[in-house]
Amino acid sequence: MANTHHQLIILGGGPAGLTAGLYAARDRLQVMLVEKGVEGGQVLVTDWIDNYPGFPEGLSGFDLIEKMAAQAKRFELETKNANVVKVELTEAKKKLIFESGEELTCQALIICTGARPNKLGIPGEQEFTGKGVSFCATCDGPFFRDQEILVVGGGDTAIQEADFLTKFASKVTVIHRRDELRATKVLQEKAFANERIEFIWNSNVVAIEGEKEVERVRIRDNNGEEREIAASGVFILIGTIPNSEILPLEQLGADESGFVITDDEMRTKVDGVMAAGDIRSKRVRQVINAAGEGAVAAIAAEHYLYDWD
Amino acid sequence: MAGENVKHLTDAEFDEYVLKGDVPSLVDFWAPWCGPCKAIGPVIEELADEYAGKVQITKMNVDDNPTTPGKYSIRAIPTLILFKGGEIIDQVTGAVGKTQLVAMLNKAL
Repeated sequence: MANTHHQLIILGGGPAGLTAGLYAARDRLQVMLVEKGVEGGQVLVTDWIDNYPGFPEGLSGFDLIEKMAAQAKRFELETKNANVVKVELTEAKKKLIFESGEELTCQALIICTGARPNKLGIPGEQEFTGKGVSFCATCDGPFFRDQEILVVGGGDTAIQEADFLTKFASKVTVIHRRDELRATKVLQEKAFANERIEFIWNSNVVAIEGEKEVERVRIRDNNGEEREIAASGVFILIGTIPNSEILPLEQLGADESGFVITDDEMRTKVDGVMAAGDIRSKRVRQVINAAGEGAVAAIAAEHYLYDWD
Repeated sequence: MAGENVKHLTDAEFDEYVLKGDVPSLVDFWAPWCGPCKAIGPVIEELADEYAGKVQITKMNVDDNPTTPGKYSIRAIPTLILFKGGEIIDQVTGAVGKTQLVAMLNKAL
């Protein structure tokens, strides 16, 4: 029978989880990484990463994850592909309950469940996802060659991807609810200089409509005036929400958006439970700090397991 | 060899192979520029070995084959569609894990 108890379980296989796994496996902890999909997380949808040090030419999100996974495997990190539906924390042990009904327990737990794209929650959004509504420009951009499309949002991701999408689309209209962008200045400058990008300010998308695929959206400006815009694609890039549904947030401690609060050592309010990466309540969400937090969390787990503190 | 059980489909082969095939088919619509598509590649290869003779595991490059993705309104990849007797019985978009794909494939058995 397979071992159902581990010294350490890492929940989630993005950059934070893979780095925590690398550290823990290299330090010969009895560790297992649990991932419900494929390793990588949100990095997989990142077309190109130019700000992860050690790769002077840059590399794709996929290539970076492949290297991280290979490095963890070199130290024999054990991984399991399964969907956790509930995390139960008691003083004695931490328990993961899987969709299959299976249960695993551990002494220490590192939560790296990450975040996912936020949604607008408007009519048509769900229905047309994959049929014109997209949350990933690099995945779906090439389907919109020579077409007119929309980007919703005003942050770094929205503005960077609006610029990227002009490689394919004949025109990209950015719809933003305020009268200025939140994106980094360098990204703003690039977008304002791009002749294929137009902006509609102070407006919200209220519905996405069409027959079989997206054909138009309805937008409402801050004065309450509504109008229709024809578009075959709508890219919704309005930030992220935490993958925290399975977590006991009250016990762990979380901010009002559901991101887990930790101290500088990545420790939550529950002894022996750490959190790292995009699931943490924090300001900067980059691959580099996710990886760094994974390392810190793994070392905190070791301190906890061996009572070094 | 890994991947030898995966059939790489073209638009021209689709009807004959998938819609008129004797056994159910899973079609993985993908493209070389898509990170999540590449990430699930090894899973698709494993499934092709495990379901050999039961479900045809196929891949279609959407850059080289625009007709079939157009017919099924595919505007996001990876999209995986499971066909049985010429009909769609399930479909999923995104880099889903092996466990979820196994559950999907078992619906066709």
